[in-house]
Amino acid sequence: MTNTLHRYGKAETFVDDYIVFSLPAKSKMAGQTGDALAAQKRFMTIASQYHPVSLGDALHGGALRPTKSNSIFGHWGKRNKPNLRKVLAGMSKAGTMAAVFDKRENAEAFVKRIKEEELGISVNISSSIENAKNACKVAGIPRHSIAYSLGFEHVGDNTPGKQAIMLSTMCGHGMVSINLAQKMMSFVRENRRSPREAAEAMSRFCSCGIFNTTRAKRILEDVRIGVK
Amino acid sequence: MRINPKKCVACGNCTYVCPMGAIYIDPLLQRATINRDECVECYACYNGLSKEVLPPATVRFVRRTLANFRVRFEPEPDVCPTTAFEPDKLEWPRVVRRAFSDPRVPHESTGVSGRGTEEVKTNDVTDRVGIGEVGFTIELGRPGIGARFRDFQEMSRALAAVGVSFEKNNPITTLMTNVETGDIREDILNEKVMSAIIEIKVPVERCEEIIRIVWDVEKRIPTQVVMGVGVRCDEDGEEKIVLPILEKLGYDPQRAKTNIGLGRKVIRDLTNAAPVEAFKELENA
Repeated sequence: MTNTLHRYGKAETFVDDYIVFSLPAKSKMAGQTGDALAAQKRFMTIASQYHPVSLGDALHGGALRPTKSNSIFGHWGKRNKPNLRKVLAGMSKAGTMAAVFDKRENAEAFVKRIKEEELGISVNISSSIENAKNACKVAGIPRHSIAYSLGFEHVGDNTPGKQAIMLSTMCGHGMVSINLAQKMMSFVRENRRSPREAAEAMSRFCSCGIFNTTRAKRILEDVRIGVK
Repeated sequence: MRINPKKCVACGNCTYVCPMGAIYIDPLLQRATINRDECVECYACYNGLSKEVLPPATVRFVRRTLANFRVRFEPEPDVCPTTAFEPDKLEWPRVVRRAFSDPRVPHESTGVSGRGTEEVKTNDVTDRVGIGEVGFTIELGRPGIGARFRDFQEMSRALAAVGVSFEKNNPITTLMTNVETGDIREDILNEKVMSAIIEIKVPVERCEEIIRIVWDVEKRIPTQVVMGVGVRCDEDGEEKIVLPILEKLGYDPQRAKTNIGLGRKVIRDLTNAAPVEAFKELENA
């Protein structure tokens, strides 16, 4: 599962946040047949043509992953960068496969293309309700089902530290801790890290690769200059 | 999870990355230490931190020396400079912590990695939530608070008391000793997890009643609740039945997962399909 539903923020904060993901129906009762992995590989390969921020395989991770160094000099080595090819090459089992987009036109064009492919696997858009509605309209698809997020009970729009919650909830499984988000916010304010470096550091903890570094950079830019 | 005291250099990086805030530098030991009661075995520290192999004794010496000059040794914030984390072999009941907290570990009950099931994400194939029905996902523990099974039991008992049935493939349901009463296995009630989801399905007329029950229970449990409400759209792709109920209750939903209805019983056979090429400049995107 992706658990992308409960990203914290008002609809306008999802202007650069579209997650389009596919998954097979695993329950035997569903009776779905066919090669889901092959369909999902095609889904992700096509997604790569539409300039995603990240591709995420829930089992193996996203475009930014932690590294392992066997040399003491690794400490001063070059930091790793997003690698979408690694995600495509590592897909070994059908599951939740996600593409994260930061531009409306790319997300909408991808949805339209995937409809034409008729792969037969379930596809969901996780974003603001309006963003998903518009993407369906462009593709000429009536929405099938919808899961509304009712938001965190009693966590209002002006909660102190809301930007840390916005950053942290971009990994729906909670792997990006609020403490780390606050530390990265402080680092950016103090100019010890750029918003990009801070966003990428957080992204490496998101084990299914759905952390949106573009949205994170934008939030961190706001944090730097004190925009609430 | 444990931290090898022979390797740890107390740089403090891991104290920030722990989603539960369960890692601290012990002032006496001068090493990072895990509060095992608060740790949910999510493996964010072990899986998320990049691993380096700096020599611990040298790093400690350098740190002490630099500290005298008010200079700080500062590794990258997402690195454990000495690879000090070592997974424990988890026994029952502690093993349930990891099953509900580490998203890469699949539940034996469902085969789905994570804390719930497919909800309406595959509704176009499963028809799990039909017209006139509402599927609720009631998640406890997020963001970054965690929840114990006794909190889930409080919620499941309240829901069972009004006669709702639980999604049988949901991981929480599989840990119930009695689905009629919502009782959960006693030996795991004190176990803490990152989050988990109780899933139920009710007729649309009961939507408001269920939300009011959740509100009531939420006041009694020491964690956070977040609800997802899954519904089937009409033939035109519109949803005009449940949204007005939510709005009447004061909600203004901003975000949703939208199943766009491309799932079929038979997945397309791609054996003879024209190949597609990945975008050429994939690295360093």
